[in-house]
Amino acid sequence: MTATQTLRQEKSSLREAFSFSGATGPLIGLLLLCVFLTVMTDSFLSFRNFLNILDQITVLGIMAVGMTLVILIGGIDLSVGSVMALAMMVLGYLNVEAGMPMIIAITGALLVAGLAGAISGFLITEFKVPAFIATLAMMSIARGLANMITDGSQIIGFPAWFNMSAIIRYGGFLTLTVAVMLAVFVIAILFQRYRAGGRMLYAIGGNPEVARLAGINVKRTTILVYTSCALLSGLAGILLAARLDSVQPSSGVAYELDAIAAVVIGGTSLSGGTGGIGGTIIGVLIIGVLRNGLNLLNVSPFLQAVIIGLVIVLAVAAETFKHRKS
Amino acid sequence: MTPDEKKPILTLRNIRKSYGPIEVLHGIDLEIYPGEVVALLGENGAGKSTVSNVISGTVLPSSGEMTWQDASYAPANPREAIDAGVGMIHQELLLLPHLSIAENIFVGRYPVKNGRIDRREMEQRAGQGLQRLGLDISPRRKVDGLATASQQLIEIAKALTLNARMLIFDEPTAALGGEETRQLFEQIHRLKAEGVGMIYISHRLEEIKQIADRIMVMRDGEKVHQFDTADLPIRTIVEAMVGRPMDQMFPPLARPDNDAVLEVNSLSSPSGQFHDISFTVRKGEIFGIAGLVGAGRTELVRAIAGADPVSTGTITLNGENITPKSPREAIDNGVVLVPEDRKLQGVILDHSISENIAYSNFESVGNAGWVSSGKVRTFSDGNIIKFGVKGRSNQNTGEMSGGNQQKVVIAKWLARNPRVVLLDEPTRGIDVGARSSIYEIIHGLAENGVAVIVVSSDLEEVLGVSNRIMVMAAGRQTGILDHAEANDVSVMELATAFG
Repeated sequence: MTATQTLRQEKSSLREAFSFSGATGPLIGLLLLCVFLTVMTDSFLSFRNFLNILDQITVLGIMAVGMTLVILIGGIDLSVGSVMALAMMVLGYLNVEAGMPMIIAITGALLVAGLAGAISGFLITEFKVPAFIATLAMMSIARGLANMITDGSQIIGFPAWFNMSAIIRYGGFLTLTVAVMLAVFVIAILFQRYRAGGRMLYAIGGNPEVARLAGINVKRTTILVYTSCALLSGLAGILLAARLDSVQPSSGVAYELDAIAAVVIGGTSLSGGTGGIGGTIIGVLIIGVLRNGLNLLNVSPFLQAVIIGLVIVLAVAAETFKHRKS
Repeated sequence: MTPDEKKPILTLRNIRKSYGPIEVLHGIDLEIYPGEVVALLGENGAGKSTVSNVISGTVLPSSGEMTWQDASYAPANPREAIDAGVGMIHQELLLLPHLSIAENIFVGRYPVKNGRIDRREMEQRAGQGLQRLGLDISPRRKVDGLATASQQLIEIAKALTLNARMLIFDEPTAALGGEETRQLFEQIHRLKAEGVGMIYISHRLEEIKQIADRIMVMRDGEKVHQFDTADLPIRTIVEAMVGRPMDQMFPPLARPDNDAVLEVNSLSSPSGQFHDISFTVRKGEIFGIAGLVGAGRTELVRAIAGADPVSTGTITLNGENITPKSPREAIDNGVVLVPEDRKLQGVILDHSISENIAYSNFESVGNAGWVSSGKVRTFSDGNIIKFGVKGRSNQNTGEMSGGNQQKVVIAKWLARNPRVVLLDEPTRGIDVGARSSIYEIIHGLAENGVAVIVVSSDLEEVLGVSNRIMVMAAGRQTGILDHAEANDVSVMELATAFG
């Protein structure tokens, strides 16, 4: 009796470790998509193309992790694209224009991004500004500041190793940028699944008043979540700067929508409290694989946009349908 | 007004309802005569709601017949029932807070003149409806900020403007205090005189005596008893509901020590919801707080638990000042609150039992902030068994009955071994069976030396469980009564004393 119980318990915790927080539907969708593209194209199923996809999703992947945290607590962050651009311009300014070492430039860029997030979080918790409005304002402010740094022009002239970190495949496959993304994924999953702080996000998203009465510091956690989301946007900006070997203030326009789409496709509910990073990673992969595959199939970018829109609707409708059935 | 002189306005004959192979209503017969109130009683899950949903067109019966004013009646949806003249007053109020009273009454069927909404007509007719209920409020006023009782009356006015000949009340007094309940009953008497037939569902049995003419008791989807008078001992009704003779509803009185645990010294709230409150709760004592709705009881216990701010005064625990600034501080000092509104403040409905329990016990389910899912499960399973929650740890709390949800709220706090437990309306909307097990838990706490504060609008409950009772009126304490000197008269006197 006890033996079978322990066995069952072990089994279920094993299952839990490999589960994608209820994102089995999107996972099946991703696999079907891969099978379809393998059959339809010669070049999809190759190690090289797989590495390409990983390169292409680094920015979206890191941003979507931050967005997942925000959406889990029932919030939204529209400013991620602008904050990314601001971080990139700060990086360029400090390193190229001011001639400071890269380590200081990166620290400065992350500080500015984090500050932007902290301000959004502060407005939301202390002044009760709705998250949509606060981050909409931050989206405009950060974009404006990014443009002001160089009056709208781009900055080039980073040290050569910086760009190389996005090109050289260490150990034959990992670029530094992809490695950073994978590290972010692992840390985020561990945090969200196994840290008390991560579980608290679900409580806040489920019902902030219950969470507060349960002794969770909802205000502080909310500010920290927006700060982390902005920090991750800044980090994504640094990786993008490395890939492009330049920074420009118009980077990242509408990236917030891609990030929200990835989170939603991954099964995290916009009303908060359910979902998780595992699903978001699948959502990011679906968008990445789809873009890559449609390019291989020579589908026009305009039609690609339509198809991605349909995928979002399909993913959310499937999830709602599943919920109603159970 | 004896039933034989009149024909029933509504008859149910052998109404059955099945979901798949499971039959939940087994042949219900029921007549409602004009101008009478029939109390429909039973524990949660007895089938009261299914019966009222069949009558109001929300649920289609699988078989059986209904007659409404001598004609065959089979509403396919709530609209048809409303059009026929059957109104239902739901337990959860369905009003739109930002619209005016008149707009709420006529939403979806606004009177139209020349293609535009005829506001004058709408407000005039709404005004008539309100007057008929003796409600002196302008129909142009927004619903937001109205007292719950007034909102309930607006729901009734809504049904009346539809010329309802029959009303179904589902727990109308669950959120009302004594005075507001009296107001509602006055209106129900008025409606009776006008010949409206009513079905009245409530868990508050002492009300039934005042308001009902007949009682129908249901159990497990069957009509088990029908009493032609409501003038019965509550015990008889309860025994009919649970189907077995009840031992005493309340456990024996707690036996407190003499050491004071919690001391509240001239505590006031910044918004004046309570003012200059002082009392002491001893170790192992159950301290009741009674009063009308709006007397400041909920605000007081929320402030003690750190959920609301305090402007002046102190709270001391074993002589040490612990006046909390946040729920966290109170919890760390062992002061926990089981809040008034279970669904909005107590549990997260679409999260599982184990998650809900874990949210207040992160120290016990992990190590240095790392949460182990195995520990969460073992911990919650242990507490599920300890507090007799009927459910599995991975079950969503939203799927459980109110009584079991309340046990989860209690379990998540008691797992921390608190020193002071504040319970605000611990048995609101909970059926008789689950109620006595909650009293058992409260009594068990006191036995273990916890200082317990129980806030309740249910007089019988406060009188039954408390060693001492503090009565509040309009934000002030009007007296503290010992168990021996407290009875409904002495408490109500203090609760309505203003001064």
